[in-house]
Amino acid sequence: MFTAQDISALQLTLKLAATVTVLLIVTGTPIAWWLARTKSFWKGPVSACVSLPLVLPPTVLGFYMLLAMGPHGPIGKLTSSLGLGTLPFTFQGLVVASLFYSLPFVVQPIQNAFEAMGDRPLEAAASLRAGPWDAFFTVAVPLAKPGFVTGAILGFAHTVGEFGVVLMIGGNIPDKTRVVSVQIYDHVEAFEYAEAHRLAAAMVVFSFVVLLGLTATKKAKADE
Amino acid sequence: MNNASGGARIVARFKLSYSGFELDARLDLPGKKITILFGHSGSGKTTLLRCMAGLIRAPNGFMAVGPDLWQDEAQGIFLPVHRRPIGLVFQDANLFPHLSVLKNLRYGMRRAGAGDARDALGSIVSLLSLEPLLGRMPETLSGGERQRVAIARALLTRPRLLLLDEPLASLDFKRKLEILPYLERLRSELDIPIVYVTHSPDEVARLGDHLVIMEGGSPLASGALAEVLTRVDLPSAFLDEAGTVLDVKVGAHEGDGLTRLDFEGGAIHVARRKEAVGQTMRCRVHARDVSIALARHDDTSILNILPATVADIGEAGTPGHVLVLLILPAGAKLLARITSRSCRLLGLKRGLAVWAQVKAVAILG
Repeated sequence: MFTAQDISALQLTLKLAATVTVLLIVTGTPIAWWLARTKSFWKGPVSACVSLPLVLPPTVLGFYMLLAMGPHGPIGKLTSSLGLGTLPFTFQGLVVASLFYSLPFVVQPIQNAFEAMGDRPLEAAASLRAGPWDAFFTVAVPLAKPGFVTGAILGFAHTVGEFGVVLMIGGNIPDKTRVVSVQIYDHVEAFEYAEAHRLAAAMVVFSFVVLLGLTATKKAKADE
Repeated sequence: MNNASGGARIVARFKLSYSGFELDARLDLPGKKITILFGHSGSGKTTLLRCMAGLIRAPNGFMAVGPDLWQDEAQGIFLPVHRRPIGLVFQDANLFPHLSVLKNLRYGMRRAGAGDARDALGSIVSLLSLEPLLGRMPETLSGGERQRVAIARALLTRPRLLLLDEPLASLDFKRKLEILPYLERLRSELDIPIVYVTHSPDEVARLGDHLVIMEGGSPLASGALAEVLTRVDLPSAFLDEAGTVLDVKVGAHEGDGLTRLDFEGGAIHVARRKEAVGQTMRCRVHARDVSIALARHDDTSILNILPATVADIGEAGTPGHVLVLLILPAGAKLLARITSRSCRLLGLKRGLAVWAQVKAVAILG
């Protein structure tokens, strides 16, 4: 049903999305926590930066990421000095670019969950001798669980669907950076409509299932 | 374990100002029984409690419980909330919604490292009658049940100071009556000091041993309950609810459906009580239920007529009224709220011997 290249693209896509989701939960949670609780002047600017990928064309983001990761960009200089070479046209480059691209989809639901929770559960935890880390993991995280679920699903799905950033950063290298969305594009370019159809339909089904899953978790939360 | 009892006192000094509100409190409170912080909303009583807990860090604050210093900014000392041996009960219980009642109880108990934890859990669960609730989730509990769990949860950390922030304010009348007996048990069965914030004169009369009246961010008065309640120079504090408390003992159950309650230097009669002879209880006498006569009248339906001396007269805070402080022969005090016209016509003045006619007495349990 799928060609070997299709399957390779599917595997690569899932690997990319899974890696990015895990990294985003790890890096996005402190950002969400800080944004939810700070009264700093920097809250506005940081929040706007996190949300930029929501409004920027992916090609714009991809273009600047390409410059930053290139041999003369700050990220490129850093990776070169660490002996890692430069990131464009590598899987790692795709991961880094996707982290920025999908950041708001993970940070915002978690931030909303932390904000909805408010200070009061943490005050109760502190009065019961829980230190800040203890309270975070035993009270804040469990109470914000629906936010984490939503963030993970949205982050994963959004990474699966990216196209513009991948083209700018990753090019179109089979088995390395050719993800499903690019593979579909290639099929269409080559007038292989049947192949394009199968992959496209698979994406439609995938997206539908994700959204259905989201509604189900929201409903479960409302029923609690 | 170092219990704050006897001479150990709670010393709190906080000064704080933000957006139109100023807290300026210096308090020296007894290290036992229940201290009430009473005041209207915006009087700073909850802010003061939060400072004591360490939830708010007042810039030049000082807080010591007995020998333990929790905050002294002059020395750079500030213990964060989770390092203070406090129990904190919030107005809305604030249970963890993701944990069962039992897990809520264990949360603090485990972290406080209470030694013989199992015994403590059992005795506090039974003190607050929580046995049937242990497996339930907080959202399935009534407001009163939640508050009992919150009190137990705080006690299980073996606090050296228990802080309660209007624990009954969000409950309806019936639920309040359900919780009050438990709070009274706390007073008699625990030997840790309790600081209790409320705006309800009923709770003050029923639970208080020491009373601090807060107004505009500062303590207006601080002292033993009966003393502060009988100060006639604080007209704005209680208004219509002005009154005194008497600690009485059931003296006798009389044949015609009445019970005699004895107190030092006198006795009052109330409708038949079920308590046994010898039991002590607290009564509240509203100033509005006490009237004054110059001579003893036997031609009246009022049963409780006590000889008294006028000790002071002050503003009642309600239009056309004055508050008269009456001292009974053995030193017990009553407040009478009468119209200023009556006061003038009777020629009341300090030192005058009068008769206090008590129309109603509320037994507080």
